[in-house]
Amino acid sequence: MSRGRVALALLFAALAVFPAFAGPYALSVATLVLYFAYTGQAWNVMMGFAGQLSLGHSLYVGVGAYAAGAIFFHYGIGPWAGLWVAILLCVALGVLIGFLAFRFGISGVYFALLTIAFAEFTRIGFDHLDWVGGPGGMFLRVAQRDTWDIANFRGPPLMYYYVILALASLALVLCHFLLKSRAGYYWQAIRENEEAAQALGINTFRWKVCAVALSSAMTAVAGVFFAFYYNNLFPEQIFNISRSIEIILGPIIGGLGTLFGPILGAAVLTLLSDGITELLAALGWEIPGVKQVFYGVVLLVVVMFLPHGIWPALARRLKLDA
Amino acid sequence: MLEVRNISKSFRGLRAVRDASFTLPEGGINGLIGPNGAGKTTIFNVIAGVYAPDLGEILFEGRRIDGLRPDQVCAAGIGRTFQIVKPFAGLSVLDNVIVGALHRERSVAPARAYAVSILEKLRLAPKRDLPAASLTLPDRKRLEVARALATRPRLLLLDEVMAGLRPTECDEMVEVFRSLNRSEGLTILLIEHVMRAVMALAGHIGVLHHGEVIARGTPAEVVRNPAVLECYLGEETEV
Repeated sequence: MSRGRVALALLFAALAVFPAFAGPYALSVATLVLYFAYTGQAWNVMMGFAGQLSLGHSLYVGVGAYAAGAIFFHYGIGPWAGLWVAILLCVALGVLIGFLAFRFGISGVYFALLTIAFAEFTRIGFDHLDWVGGPGGMFLRVAQRDTWDIANFRGPPLMYYYVILALASLALVLCHFLLKSRAGYYWQAIRENEEAAQALGINTFRWKVCAVALSSAMTAVAGVFFAFYYNNLFPEQIFNISRSIEIILGPIIGGLGTLFGPILGAAVLTLLSDGITELLAALGWEIPGVKQVFYGVVLLVVVMFLPHGIWPALARRLKLDA
Repeated sequence: MLEVRNISKSFRGLRAVRDASFTLPEGGINGLIGPNGAGKTTIFNVIAGVYAPDLGEILFEGRRIDGLRPDQVCAAGIGRTFQIVKPFAGLSVLDNVIVGALHRERSVAPARAYAVSILEKLRLAPKRDLPAASLTLPDRKRLEVARALATRPRLLLLDEVMAGLRPTECDEMVEVFRSLNRSEGLTILLIEHVMRAVMALAGHIGVLHHGEVIARGTPAEVVRNPAVLECYLGEETEV
């Protein structure tokens, strides 16, 4: 077994026993880290692997969250059914965006703008959708917090922690195999040079749409998790572009296109920004927007000194190849 | 094998190719020469599916291929290189070629084995684990050829792959193409400025000038053709 795999197994074991030693606050921070590790991994499929920049991933989180949330809210049907509706809707949206963009040759910055536009007008649409509460939001009933009700995905924070740990781990394994598969080679070829990829027989349109579909499906699952973990959904918050930016900062800082970059980036950003917030609170200082400034500074430092992200440099230093 | 019939292609009024026709017999090595701006690369791009011709048709093994997308042309059995090399810079040399090999192989393991054999043929095997971005220009040209060959084409379009190579490297490349042509029956169409390579390789040459085919024949015939001498060789000293 390579050093990388041993390190990864140790990390997984540590995360599995982590709740035994952690208080409620530490557990909530760890849940958040894993949530961003998972969504970062999902976004990385599109941008890191296939080179298609989405700045509107909050669209899939929001639609996924609202789909499963509304089905539970109105019909009392748990998320295991709502999940598939969420995935279906998000894949349909992703494929629509991909189809519009790639069929008509919209790429790069213009593609990114299109993804923002879709997230924005979906936000405005949900503001006017009374069925899910409009701008006033939708609240899922929090009946009990002590027993694990897996069927309805209701339970203590510990349950959510293990679910998001499982999701982040599965996403890592999935991406590991994807990257070594035909799809991974094709996506990377498209990312590196689309014209050359096409000359080698790759139907670039189809493979780009595939990347968007997979990424949106994975993000839809994060949305379902979000709905049942936070129990309240507001269009203004969930579709906000700053949510999309939060998703993409992890993989960019950790290392675009790498397997471990999204995980490392999520950990660095969430732990440090929460640390700073805590520190300031302890000092009694109230500085609004300090988190955003922090994100900006970290991004600046990484782009200047580690343009490929932290993970590639760290992996070289530690001789890890996972 | 390839039949180009009366194709024309204009860009905003500039007629890059006018009524060009030629046929390539199966198994031959053919050259397309002409001064800069004669329309050689445009013809290549029309055959390879980058552009659809404005007029005319292209038949490959009896089947119309004009208007197909580049990936469909590749699937039909035509491989191509780019004059301005386009490596997948962030991937290793081997991974570049695996991408090509995956066109005929469904899974990665056999594609990798085939890619390794191609790299050996082109003497790139020692550099297989380097990132493509670190290659020198001659090696990048070789990589272009390796990647195109990995898709197992029956017709290979080579767009100035000898340009920038030293004479010995050029001769090496000529030898590679000769052996591919002999052992695997690969048909080759090459665009070249380097006359040394064209004369050594091509059994048949077409000369393009201002988008029109002005002469055809064996290398010996072409160099004696007065029209060719006037338009092309008169201003070339490399012969």
